[in-house]
Amino acid sequence: MKILKFEKELCIGCHACEEACSELYFKSSDIKKARLKITEVVDDFNIFSGCNQCGECVNVCPEGALYQAKNGVIRMKKDLCVGCMMCVGYCDDFHYHDDYVEPFKCLSCGACARKCPTGALSMIDVEVSS
Amino acid sequence: MKLLAEYKYNPTEIVKGYNDRSLKIDISDLAISEKEIPQQMKEKFIGGKGFGLRYLWDAVTPETKWNSPENEIVISSGPVGGITQYPGSGKSLVVSLTPLNDTPMDSNVGGHFGPLLKFAGFDALEIIGKSAKELIVYIDGNENIVKIFESDIDKIDSHELSEELTDRFAADEIDKRNYSIVSTGSAARYSNVAMLNFTFYDVKRQKVRLKQAGRGGIGRVFNDKGLKALVVKYAGVKSDLNNPANIAKINRAGIRIHKEINRFDTAQNNMRKIGTANIIEVMNDYDLLPTHNFKFGAHEDVKYIESKVFIEKYITQDVPDGCWHGCSLSCAKAADDFEIMTGPYKGQKVIVDGPEYENAAALGSNIGIFCPRTILELNFYCDTYGIDTISFGTMVAFAMECYESGIYTKEDTNGLELNFGNIPHTLELIHQIASGEGFGKIVGMGVKYMKKYFIKNFNADPEFMFDIGMEQKGLEYSEYLSKESLAQQGGYGLTNKGPQHDEAWLIFMDMVNNQIPTFEDKAEALHYFPMFRTWFGLVGLCKLPWNDITPQSNATSKEPAKMPEHVQNYVDIYNGVTGKDVTIHDMIKESERVYNFQRIFNIRMGYGKRINDKTPYRSMGPVTEEEYLSRQDRYDKQLEELVGFDVSKSTQEKMKALREYRENQYELLTDAVYKRRGWSKNGVPTIEKLKDLEMDLPELIEVVKEHL
Repeated sequence: MKILKFEKELCIGCHACEEACSELYFKSSDIKKARLKITEVVDDFNIFSGCNQCGECVNVCPEGALYQAKNGVIRMKKDLCVGCMMCVGYCDDFHYHDDYVEPFKCLSCGACARKCPTGALSMIDVEVSS
Repeated sequence: MKLLAEYKYNPTEIVKGYNDRSLKIDISDLAISEKEIPQQMKEKFIGGKGFGLRYLWDAVTPETKWNSPENEIVISSGPVGGITQYPGSGKSLVVSLTPLNDTPMDSNVGGHFGPLLKFAGFDALEIIGKSAKELIVYIDGNENIVKIFESDIDKIDSHELSEELTDRFAADEIDKRNYSIVSTGSAARYSNVAMLNFTFYDVKRQKVRLKQAGRGGIGRVFNDKGLKALVVKYAGVKSDLNNPANIAKINRAGIRIHKEINRFDTAQNNMRKIGTANIIEVMNDYDLLPTHNFKFGAHEDVKYIESKVFIEKYITQDVPDGCWHGCSLSCAKAADDFEIMTGPYKGQKVIVDGPEYENAAALGSNIGIFCPRTILELNFYCDTYGIDTISFGTMVAFAMECYESGIYTKEDTNGLELNFGNIPHTLELIHQIASGEGFGKIVGMGVKYMKKYFIKNFNADPEFMFDIGMEQKGLEYSEYLSKESLAQQGGYGLTNKGPQHDEAWLIFMDMVNNQIPTFEDKAEALHYFPMFRTWFGLVGLCKLPWNDITPQSNATSKEPAKMPEHVQNYVDIYNGVTGKDVTIHDMIKESERVYNFQRIFNIRMGYGKRINDKTPYRSMGPVTEEEYLSRQDRYDKQLEELVGFDVSKSTQEKMKALREYRENQYELLTDAVYKRRGWSKNGVPTIEKLKDLEMDLPELIEVVKEHL
């Protein structure tokens, strides 16, 4: 399974990754709609919030809306999600936007990594956890 | 099933939490109609039990009894009900005249019915009339149609009945989550403490779950009307269906508390593992766990029923157990594949909801049972038979004390030996209650009925019956020992519907932490907390996420008992849904309006004045020598320090002196609370108070002026 790898020393806080993501999934330039988040920190490394596809959220979701796809990535059945935000409360790698009922998370598509100008983000292969 | 009537209605769009429309069904003539909810009703009654009480008032007269056709059952959630982002936001409030004393009763219940009813298009459902046929009312919120069927189902108990109805109505497994069913069980034919089960479909377990509108016998009304079940369907629940004014406020508050629960629950109350039963051993440690009909507050055998026993051996862990979407507190615990040992379902492997704390105390220590399996079996049968667990425990405890006191013998019970802790005979008793047979038929009528019956048929001493019969206004006490906390005696006694801890739970503030030492302090607490907690029942919320998880900010709060950060969350979600701009003070005022309305409703129906707020002495102090001696040091010390009484006198003399002191304290507390609430010395809301609340409605003035 592919997951995102973040190398904090390389991140320059340009937010190109978030722009690529929000554009791809929400046709929006609003980076708050990205499935990952870079938080700039003064005098320290930026903080990355993506998803390592660990799957703990599958049990947290009371609706059965989250599941592990064949490629190992945790995905959401939007029609089953009621927007309760429990996943957001239980994992910092879930994100939400008030324009949408359903929260969202990184799907390991790699669009962000492709736009990252410094190589801070890359896709790596890991063993699928179940 | 044979279709008897149907009614098509136009869909509406919910605006800021309201459809502005309710559904009324007269089952006498199968007339289905809809009513507009006027702005004034929303302003003064908000929703939930406020709407229920308003409709019930209009439907009945002072002569109406619980089984009169005009008595209504009203179900309503409330404007906040149905949001999914904040834990505990799916409650339904049920209101009806209770068979216990023909006054208005309200009961707050989980499950999905109330919110789905709202999403189907109705802020409230009123049911009046009576039917000779067994009816099933079906509301399809997607097709916008109401249907009334004649039932052809022979199942009578809730766990089987709700499962069959869910299977029949749902198209497939995925569709089952869109239904909620209201039903009662076989005990509702005979017992005054019969309750209603509201379902939700547990998608992880793939099982129908039951939550209970437990208090006050509304299940009996439901059965008497000829109702077999109410079924509601709405597919498509989402967090924005209330069309809230500001969803961002709701999202933020919800995520904030989800994070808190995630971080702190395990170290605090462990609600996600065991729900409210986490306090069994805590209550025992503080001498507050009702034991042997509230005689004692602790028992050495509590170790067999403490929370870890249920966690380790019975309650399924790591399953989301919210009774409405988004409840991260997840207290609706369950034992799966629990094999039943007795009765009609012997050998069946069932799912048992709970035990909640109240059930463990009521079905355990209070009746002298310290066997977790028996507690779960009684819990299952109470639920499926439609018996309120709290009333069951308190009434059986009373029957047991009377048996052990020699008021009646096994000759009177056809062999049942109702000693505390008699497991086989307690199980036999519950089956008798459900089938209306033997001594169970008498016990199933509740403490108030038994007191009269024992006086008349067994020559029981009326004073002793009054002292140990733990009921007031007909309702059995819930499961906390209030003897050593004057404030909690008021928390039970100075209530609208009777001794139920949903208005005020002040034992720790009063007895343990000594935060409210004076009468005025206690009166303030007995004003604020009942009003604050009333508000949950107006808007469609659960109380538990308010103070069963503690925010970090509480450590520096001036008023930690009020949980200020969570109160602010409630302000946020209420304003977020309705678009109002209220403060906590406004919310208290909203509650006061409905609270005073309910008080006056009680007075209108013949209860609700000072004389009705008197409580049995068992709730205040030791009735028997055995009880006095069990806490002799404490009582002697109080007599010496507070009364100046010579404790070398006999136990009987000391008991008399203590009783005089404590009963007088309760009267002084009553004076202080009435004053704080703006009531006369007789407990009647004054006209000035009603004007101050903008509740000087002509029909209320007409009632109170007769009593002022």
